[in-house]
Amino acid sequence: MKQLSVFLENKTGRINELAKTLGKAGINMMAFSMAETSDFGILRLIVSDVDKAVEVLRSNSFAVTVTEVVCISCPNEAGALSGVLEQLAKNDIFIEYMYAFSENDSANVVILPNNIEKCVATLKECNCGIKENF
Amino acid sequence: MIWNPSKECMSRDEMHALQGRRLQKLVSYVYHNVPFYRNKMQQMDIAPDDIRSIDDIVKLPFTTKQDLRDNYPYGLQAAPQSEIVRVHASSGTTGNPTIVGYTRKDIAVWQEAMARALTAYGVKREDTFSVSYGYGLFTGGLGVHYGVENIGATVIPTSTGNTEKHVRLLRDLKITGIACTPSYALYLAETLEKMGLGKDDISLRVGAFGAEPWTENMRKEIEERLGLKGYNIYGLSEIVGPGVSYECCKQNGSHICEDHYYPEIINPETLEQLPYGQQGELVFTTLTKEGMPVLRYRTKDLCTLMDGECECGRKTVRMGRIMGRSDDMLIIRGINVFPSQVESVILEMPEIEPQYMLVVDRINNLDTLQIQVEVRRDFFSGDMGSMLAMKKRLSDKIKSVLSIGAEIKLMEPGSIERSQGKSKHVIDKRSL
Repeated sequence: MKQLSVFLENKTGRINELAKTLGKAGINMMAFSMAETSDFGILRLIVSDVDKAVEVLRSNSFAVTVTEVVCISCPNEAGALSGVLEQLAKNDIFIEYMYAFSENDSANVVILPNNIEKCVATLKECNCGIKENF
Repeated sequence: MIWNPSKECMSRDEMHALQGRRLQKLVSYVYHNVPFYRNKMQQMDIAPDDIRSIDDIVKLPFTTKQDLRDNYPYGLQAAPQSEIVRVHASSGTTGNPTIVGYTRKDIAVWQEAMARALTAYGVKREDTFSVSYGYGLFTGGLGVHYGVENIGATVIPTSTGNTEKHVRLLRDLKITGIACTPSYALYLAETLEKMGLGKDDISLRVGAFGAEPWTENMRKEIEERLGLKGYNIYGLSEIVGPGVSYECCKQNGSHICEDHYYPEIINPETLEQLPYGQQGELVFTTLTKEGMPVLRYRTKDLCTLMDGECECGRKTVRMGRIMGRSDDMLIIRGINVFPSQVESVILEMPEIEPQYMLVVDRINNLDTLQIQVEVRRDFFSGDMGSMLAMKKRLSDKIKSVLSIGAEIKLMEPGSIERSQGKSKHVIDKRSL
């Protein structure tokens, strides 16, 4: 799955400007997570239309880049994620960062593994769901 | 007390005559020993014989810091190397530093100038004096050191750093005088208080502060917290170092050792000499220097000159407070910083836009420097680790070029204000 990464200064109202830009273009944000430091942050987000989002953000002078990530889809119940993560760890797959959101009966976990191909293969082997798009 | 009344209280006529004789001798000396000045004078069609009095100084060419850099290292030196006993260098870090060689006599004149300053502050041979300027290539430490020895007081060469040890020495050795930057004096006061001590635990009486701009409010605060009287000291390495001018007990301007360092004020645009009382750029000619004399050196410092006898009895010309610079140099924690130095680092880094803003402030009495730069859109990878590594790399480069640390702030592309015409690269929030 494709994720957008946007460089943002720590400035009041800046996230709203981004949300407004996407909203005007009719793009829905499915999930996001913010990594922050004292002077800047990187907003990672999953949107309904990646290409269009990149286009409108770039034309509004945001620094945006597309990052390939993996979206795990597992049952929305206790212990489900742990089973998946155990398999990943066993196969030596390191996770740089992750964030999650739930959708009715399924729980979606976005991860950036150190090796995407190996991660996808491992998930397929253990019959874990992978979400390709929304 | 006046160290050398025969010079410091000389009548104006006698002083002008002395300056005229010294200038004639100086011009002939540099004409015959420094090709740079000979060429300049020949281009302007003037010969040493055209200089008959101090007023003829306006016929002479100016010297700039760039001239010193262009003639690195010894191009402007007039004395043979065998006569040079010491070399100091300025903190210029882009391009060449400026090298200044001193003969034995130059050192003696400098000691004399510093002795006049210290005596004007009321320092006597009974005093114990701490020199807390940096020792080394910088002129501050050794310049004051030799002056203190010259008047026969006890010098404690504390230099900079290890402030707690310094406080203990102040207390235990009953140090009565100190020379340092005004911001270091405030830091010292803070350290003293942090150690649970106060001004009554130490014996400081006199402080000589300079090498960076400071305000009357800072003076009051330093005086209150350290229990001393604070005096201004002015100097620059291209002329000699500290001691070029100094305040007396009246504190109405700083007396210039004008029998050695002749001052003028010029209009920095037209380069015309301005009368006393008008603000302009301060220019010095080293009337008696042998090692590396300079003709009409442009300090870029903006101030006024005052004549007339001072109530203290001295008759030498006084300079007012430095009101600014005619170039864009900043003085941050006593270090000279040019925005162009930051620019040269930024231009070397493809990850950031060639835009920047320096934000200077003073927080808890210490100067702070923040450098705002813009991340280039096509270099943004979305990876936090590489962003932080880039920030660290920039920070390290800045530190090695400026010799002071700066906080780097990464900004979004396009967010630093672009100005029409002359670009603005500095926001100085210090109220100096």
